[in-house]
Amino acid sequence: MVEWTDFERATIQDIFSKMDYEVVGPAALSRCLIVYPWTQRYFGNFGNLYNAAAIMGNPMVAKHGTTILHGLERGVKNMDNIKETYAELSVLHSDKLHVDPDNFKLLSDCLTIVVAAQLGKAFTGEVQAAFQKFMAVVVSSLGRQYH
Amino acid sequence: MSLTDKDKAAVRAMWGKISKSADAIGADALGRMLVVYPQTKTYFSHWSDLSPNSAPVKNHGKNVMSGVALAVSKIDDLTSGLMALSEQHAFQLRVDPANFKILSHCILVVIASMFPKDFTPEAHVSMDKFFCGLSLALAEKYR
Repeated sequence: MVEWTDFERATIQDIFSKMDYEVVGPAALSRCLIVYPWTQRYFGNFGNLYNAAAIMGNPMVAKHGTTILHGLERGVKNMDNIKETYAELSVLHSDKLHVDPDNFKLLSDCLTIVVAAQLGKAFTGEVQAAFQKFMAVVVSSLGRQYH
Repeated sequence: MSLTDKDKAAVRAMWGKISKSADAIGADALGRMLVVYPQTKTYFSHWSDLSPNSAPVKNHGKNVMSGVALAVSKIDDLTSGLMALSEQHAFQLRVDPANFKILSHCILVVIASMFPKDFTPEAHVSMDKFFCGLSLALAEKYR
């Protein structure tokens, strides 16, 4: 089981409680699709992803970005049980969606950048460490059920 | 994934905006790298103080960013432009090249936090490609 310090718990709760999922989710997903264009392979039915402007204006991308953030919230609410929390989603991403788990890290990096842009100076090294630790655990759990 | 003309223009434009803050960016990026990725501290056991904003961290952050500045100026041929630095890293410093990715990520995080409006997704992809190219050029002489 993952050990969390008080600082890490408080930091994660704080970041997510202040987050507007409908801004951060779409921003992170669209950034991922732009910065790592091969990730678009999973969104063939999302319509126009031809350029950055199209991606950022795409309503399906926006909706899915928000969905992802709500998925992350489950981990935030169950920090002592993250592996179990994501077991079902892991099976889904492996068996149904066939997503290469390396992509989880790419999206996680983009989310880190978006949060850094939002928090500015408040995104200190310690805060970044806590955030990236949380994301690493989520990413690992999402890849856990692959076979 | 080589740099297109569009990428080079984006990198130059971004550098134009951030270069005045290069020292601060370098210090912040290096400082947070040592905190977020503690394994990187192994390369600095000879420093008296590894805390963010300590003198050695600030000084070395400056060094790193002057390397980045050099890379921007040699963006049309990073391999030859960074040859000397590559030799230094390969034969003297022997930094595992996996760490180039780590420091690049920290630099991008700092840029995002300091220049949120300028670090658009388009700017981000070009800068990410640039740091990939820079890292590759830096690892050129390793083997």
